[in-house]
Amino acid sequence: MSNKVIHALYNDDDVLMDAVKATRKAHHHIEEVYTPFPVHGLDKAMGLAPTRIAICAFLYGLTGLTFATWLLNNIMISDWPQDIGGKPSFSYLQNMPAFVPVMFEETVFFAAHLMVITFYMRSKLWPFKKAENPDVRTTDDHFLMEVSVNNNEDELTSFLQSTGAVEVKVVEKH
Amino acid sequence: MYTLSSKIKNLSIVLMVLGLLGIGYGFFSAPKNTEDVEKILAADAHGSHHGAVASHEAAPASAEKNETHHESVTVKDTLATQEHAVDSVIAHAEAPVADHAKKAHDATSHEAHADEHAEHVEHVLHQLQNKPWSALYIGALFVFLISLGVLAFYAIQWAAQAGWSPALFRVMEAITAYLVPGGIIVFVILVLSGVHINHLFVWMDPEVVAEDHLIQGKSGYLNVPFFLIRAAVYLAGWILYRSYTRKNSIALDNTGDLSFYKKNFKASAAFLAFFLVSESMMAWDWIMSVDPHWFSTLFGWYVFASFFVSGITVIALITLHLKSNGYLEFVNNSHFHDLAKFMFGISVFWTYLWFSQFMLMWYSNIPEEVTYFKMRIEHFNLPFFGMVVMNFVFPLLILINTDFKRVPWIITMAGIVILCGHYLDFYNMITPATVGENWFIGAAEIGSVAFFGGLFLFVVFNALTKAPLLAKGNPLIEESKHFHY
Repeated sequence: MSNKVIHALYNDDDVLMDAVKATRKAHHHIEEVYTPFPVHGLDKAMGLAPTRIAICAFLYGLTGLTFATWLLNNIMISDWPQDIGGKPSFSYLQNMPAFVPVMFEETVFFAAHLMVITFYMRSKLWPFKKAENPDVRTTDDHFLMEVSVNNNEDELTSFLQSTGAVEVKVVEKH
Repeated sequence: MYTLSSKIKNLSIVLMVLGLLGIGYGFFSAPKNTEDVEKILAADAHGSHHGAVASHEAAPASAEKNETHHESVTVKDTLATQEHAVDSVIAHAEAPVADHAKKAHDATSHEAHADEHAEHVEHVLHQLQNKPWSALYIGALFVFLISLGVLAFYAIQWAAQAGWSPALFRVMEAITAYLVPGGIIVFVILVLSGVHINHLFVWMDPEVVAEDHLIQGKSGYLNVPFFLIRAAVYLAGWILYRSYTRKNSIALDNTGDLSFYKKNFKASAAFLAFFLVSESMMAWDWIMSVDPHWFSTLFGWYVFASFFVSGITVIALITLHLKSNGYLEFVNNSHFHDLAKFMFGISVFWTYLWFSQFMLMWYSNIPEEVTYFKMRIEHFNLPFFGMVVMNFVFPLLILINTDFKRVPWIITMAGIVILCGHYLDFYNMITPATVGENWFIGAAEIGSVAFFGGLFLFVVFNALTKAPLLAKGNPLIEESKHFHY
């Protein structure tokens, strides 16, 4: 089975937005859209599900807070409760204000770094990753919409041309 | 145009009447002389409040009983005196513990007992007489500062040329209308303190100052005439800015002349510079000086954060009320989202300042500054830490969610908790110095908030009827109407 897609290129983000809306309305499946910069509202127009990365970050933050609490309790209270400058090390709560800066920073550290790593993993980004750019112009000044073909090549081509595309080409995808 | 609904009008009148009753009851039930206090102390000695102390002291007290019986001093008195010995060590931290304990337990020094007891009764009398005044002052100050917080927010919106907020300008202007009556009330209370009608500010009492070297050293700043002049200057500055920008804002609507816009921009920038200084000094004068032995450098900011977040919350609540009654069709969810983000962010900012102030003093534990927190933790434990939960933990967990920040009932709930929390914050700032360990949130405190809350509602909703709710002359109003986040 041949895996054909159509690449429709646009040179304006407003035209692209209209084209995305029209394509969705005509029930053609948009595989991907490549843009040189974030286009506000594109995800909504494409009907993409909202990201859940903020929820991840919240949970990572809780992990960091737990880690810091465990760490400080273990070191300062349980393992070797020394009298350091008269600070009360009898229980965690008694000396807690001194631990808050660490607890805060660990929370932020875990939330931030684990969220970024999650982002890299979910978007499959890493060093030496082979770029998946279908057309070099999309990193500069062109917008590309990739639409799947289901035995309707001619109809789809003319439809996409009518949406204001500056270039429409059929591509064999492997 | 907004028309004052009879519901709001009746509500505010009911609140004011009930509030006045509560305040009146507070003043009526305050002890008039030392005999009343003796009765209260006697009742208290059996109460559960001092149960732990009483049982702890039971053994020496009964031993003492035999010796002191013929001198017709009751056990109750002895108990009260000993409590005082413990209390005064805790509260004043001025005499070594051993010294006091020795005095209290020494059966032979009965003379000292009697003196000390009289002194204690006098001390409690002053505290209890302060209680209704303190409640009144906190209520007046808190509600007044809410409208001041809104004024600061309003000035920031002008100076920052914010595109989202002009749709809310009329609501903010209406809230700041309370500055005039509220400011006058606060000023009158300060004047009453200055002429010794009450004892909210201990440094205003010449007898206290005569024996107190620390206050004497500060008398160049803390003296009644200068204090009142400063208060008048702050109030005049704030009210002047408020009426000037309001006038220009209305003129901008009527004429469409953008020179009024520029005037307001410049006035707001100048006001913010003035506000920065005056607000900080206001916090030293009106709040920090109730504890004239104590000082904190970030106190002004701390107070600011507290009433700033309350002000933003009140903007959100009143806007929600008007929106739900169909008066603000140009206000959308995104405006609420932004207000809720401010509520969230400034709540965290408040916590940051609260914790910074607390932790720096806790960590270094220098006696002259740590007594402030020692007093609060020992005698105000629940309100002191409860407010941190209400002002930080609750908004943090509720308002962190983007979707929640657009849900009216969630904003309302969070807003009510934040407002209660910041009332407690002001309560914690003032009451420990004026009322001390005899604090109680009762009729006087709630009545005071109800009275000033009612007055606030009445003034604010009346001011809303004075101008169209959309500031249509503002060049940013179109952007604001279509604001979308």
